[in-house]
Amino acid sequence: MVAKTVNQRAWFLVLPVLFIVALNAIIPLMTVVNYSIQDTFSPGVFFFEGTKWYQEVLSSSRFHSALGRQFLFTAIILAIEIPLGVAVALAMPRTGPWVSVCLVLMALPLLIPWNVVGAMWNIFALPDIGLLGYGLNWLGFDYNYTQQPVAAWFTVVLMDVWHWTSLVVLLAYAGLSSIPDAYYQAAKIDGAGRFAVFRYIQLPKMKRVLIIALLLRFMDSFMIYTEPFVLTGGGPGNSTTFLSIDLVKAAIGEFNLGIAAAMSILYFLMTLLVCWVFYTLMMRGEDET
Amino acid sequence: MLEMINVSKRVGNELHIDNVSLKFERGSLNVLLGPTLAGKTSLMRLMAGLDRPSSGDIQVDGKSVLGMQVRHRNVAMVYQQFINYPGFSVYDNIASPMRLAGVDTAKLDKRVREAADLLRLTEYLDRMPLQLSGGQQQRTAIARALVKQADLVLLDEPLANLDYKLREELRVELPKIFAQTGAILLYATTEPHEALLLGGQSATLHQGKVTQFGKTIDVYNNPQSLTTAQTFSDPPFNTVALTKQGGELRFGNANVANIPQKINALNDGDYTAAVRPHHLSLAPSEKHSVAVQAEVGTSEITGSETFVHVNANGNRWVVLTHGVHRVNPGEQITLYVDPASLYLFDHQQSLVHAPEQYAQG
Repeated sequence: MVAKTVNQRAWFLVLPVLFIVALNAIIPLMTVVNYSIQDTFSPGVFFFEGTKWYQEVLSSSRFHSALGRQFLFTAIILAIEIPLGVAVALAMPRTGPWVSVCLVLMALPLLIPWNVVGAMWNIFALPDIGLLGYGLNWLGFDYNYTQQPVAAWFTVVLMDVWHWTSLVVLLAYAGLSSIPDAYYQAAKIDGAGRFAVFRYIQLPKMKRVLIIALLLRFMDSFMIYTEPFVLTGGGPGNSTTFLSIDLVKAAIGEFNLGIAAAMSILYFLMTLLVCWVFYTLMMRGEDET
Repeated sequence: MLEMINVSKRVGNELHIDNVSLKFERGSLNVLLGPTLAGKTSLMRLMAGLDRPSSGDIQVDGKSVLGMQVRHRNVAMVYQQFINYPGFSVYDNIASPMRLAGVDTAKLDKRVREAADLLRLTEYLDRMPLQLSGGQQQRTAIARALVKQADLVLLDEPLANLDYKLREELRVELPKIFAQTGAILLYATTEPHEALLLGGQSATLHQGKVTQFGKTIDVYNNPQSLTTAQTFSDPPFNTVALTKQGGELRFGNANVANIPQKINALNDGDYTAAVRPHHLSLAPSEKHSVAVQAEVGTSEITGSETFVHVNANGNRWVVLTHGVHRVNPGEQITLYVDPASLYLFDHQQSLVHAPEQYAQG
């Protein structure tokens, strides 16, 4: 066996990174962990509570329904945005002057800040003065997102689709552009039809970018806060109170620091778990293709 | 038999294929030789039916196939990139054209295994394309083309992306593999020596035009124009403008009196002389009797050969000589030309004289 040279000085070079990571990740996280297992009544006075807050959160129907809403929302978002994004990318021109026009149009929604998107749609969807709200009512739909949960959901989903489908489009388009023209020729010579080309060439070639798109859209929609907050503030009632909105309500609105901290940790673990699942899937895909 | 009759292809304002007429027999091996953008791929796309010619006709056994869809043409194609279905195993990749054609399972399995055996892929049949080396990926693509039992097999620079050793191997195998199928085999390449190694017939392409078509060795030995000669020479022919007067050739300040009989028989006048880089010598000999002064630009040593780039009376020449010769940039050297190895082209760049020893082909 060859002896490895040991150079302890390398640890020294890692210190700055450790310092920064400690400052911006570990310390805040540990503070939250601290809060989640203690109770406090005044600054500096803490009582150890163990898993009390966790038990309370996990058994509360309020958390269950927020979590349920969150998963439903994310599922709807992924089910719409991923296929729609791929479809738009397929329909976009591959060459010519229209390529840049399409790309710019696609990138525009991505450049708009979250709260501005929320404010835009807030006004756009108002039933009395908003173009969308007024138009829908004029067409005979009874639509008022400030009062009807279904209308609120419809608006939030539509807003997110408008805001973020472009990301999927751009990623899928990048995947499509990397396919050499010879693949299409080969398929044509083989006598493969349009669907076979999509199923056996384009989809496998887009697999990796689509997994990335799925991961990004999952994380983003799972953590959605600003847009529904600006649009409806989580209402009407609690109908669009997703996890992060619920969390902020608990922490800032009700000042239940223990509950909020326990929720944060659970929230964090869920996101981490799903990301880990995606990551392993991605790595396995790497071996296969 | 595949016949292209006065075929042209125009894209926008550019003429990609300019009035090409070619005829290929069943079971023949044909090389399309030309530099990048000469129109080799465009020509293949037209033959495959991927593009329609702007004018002219393409006939198979005397019947026009212009109206026929690609999938009914029974064409197979192999590309410079290694094109396989990314989500299919090697087995399924090879089987794919037969599955589309609806070949029954037993027959399909037999043919896949035969092709895999021939291309030495048997032990990789379960692998995915990206788990293979470049050579194996290209073998898979070739196997796919083979099992299709196509009437027309188009190989578009199939070995260009492979390393040297694999290229040598596959180049020998390719014509043999397809020879038994009786298909018309077309092989596009940019490399003259690849055309010579393949043999068969060659068509030289230059700016969308076929400049010559015939037996490969004939095209090499008797290029009918300077353009064909240059297409079929790497490094390029060394050329010089000269004047024939009486029994003498004059170029620069040199006079050559001892000229071959056949050159002597030509009319007096101006010609372009061309000589292959390996027919120039750095040392005089009985045959290499004409001395030319030149200044060394650069020299490259490949190990067994030396390329010397020189400036001879304002002409850029290349000398290809055996062995290692050390010459320094800027050095004045003397080159020796064998007058018997000269090609002469007239002012329209048509061949008027080819060296004697090659004239029969």
